[in-house]
Amino acid sequence: MHEVDMTKCLLISLNEWRQRRDDPSAMVETVHLEVGRFTCVEPDQLVTTYNAAVQGTWLDGSRLTITDIPFVGRCLVCNSTYDPVPESAYRSPCCDHPLEEIVSGRELRIRSIDYRSEAGAALESGSIQRMR
Amino acid sequence: MHMPLEDTLGLNLLAANQHQAEHNHEHFQAWNLLCLNLMSSPGAGKTALLERSLPALAADWRMAVLEGDMTTQLDAERLEAVGIPVVPITTGRACHLDAAMVSGGLKLLKQRLDPAQLDLLLVENVGNLVCPAEFEVGEHHKVALLSVTEGDDKPLKYPLMFRQADVVLITKVDLLPHLPVELAAIRRNIHSINPNATVIEVSALSGEGLDAWHQWVRQALADRTANSSSAAHAADQSPALATA
Repeated sequence: MHEVDMTKCLLISLNEWRQRRDDPSAMVETVHLEVGRFTCVEPDQLVTTYNAAVQGTWLDGSRLTITDIPFVGRCLVCNSTYDPVPESAYRSPCCDHPLEEIVSGRELRIRSIDYRSEAGAALESGSIQRMR
Repeated sequence: MHMPLEDTLGLNLLAANQHQAEHNHEHFQAWNLLCLNLMSSPGAGKTALLERSLPALAADWRMAVLEGDMTTQLDAERLEAVGIPVVPITTGRACHLDAAMVSGGLKLLKQRLDPAQLDLLLVENVGNLVCPAEFEVGEHHKVALLSVTEGDDKPLKYPLMFRQADVVLITKVDLLPHLPVELAAIRRNIHSINPNATVIEVSALSGEGLDAWHQWVRQALADRTANSSSAAHAADQSPALATA
């Protein structure tokens, strides 16, 4: 159940995000993750673990969404990209070359956070000047 | 109803572990200490290898072991018998060591000795071919062990572990005559998923191949101040780590 430890890491990052914003009214609605296929993450388990972990915390009620990133390798012989599969030992189907370059699939990324905040609502309604 | 605001983070999911791993690594650099992270399935022979390797290397290098074990201290007791300082890290339910656990182990180690007096720190991870590959602990190199009794398909079934490893030790090769397994097939599968891996065949029982493994460790010790492999790891994991 390494998803538990991954969730712990995620919660640390979210707590740090909250501290950085210094905005107690910020309420997280959705956390968007990008998870590559060539990681040891089981997306469903991560969501289950997250939902259990946030109960009773400031993140209670927030949702985790996971975008699947495909596993893509590049054949260094002919430069074409391919889907590495165990049946061909992850080698390129074009030239039977070993998996050297990984184009995508190793992502474990907190892409973005959707949130609401009183400060943000004021900003949106135009009552305070845009801040950059 | 206002639309929610969006904040783009682009942070590594494991950023918290990564920060602690980098912190550990900085300590290793400051102590001029080479850290190897030994990983394998349960029973592949990590402890047996260390029982042979520690005495062989002890004449020239000062070493310590951080011993990850889910519930017992049996491995730690075996290694203490060899005369090398061992800090057991009982992980409880966790199926891998993370950077914080290793940091805790280092604190315990410091109560016994000055790490700056050491050359080599061996981290024996929890027996598991899955998640230890994903959790950096600050090591210079990842060493994966695969015993011939596990079969030649393991690199294909647990590709991340063998992709992440800098060195793969094929262990228990003394058993090859008794098994319907081809060494060439194991090697080919490892190199298919990780063409840059150094592969060394060893037997802790017969001693076969241990010289080559020890030579690799000696070379890594000689190179330890010259460069750090963390840059190489970062390159391989660029999609995840570049934004961390």
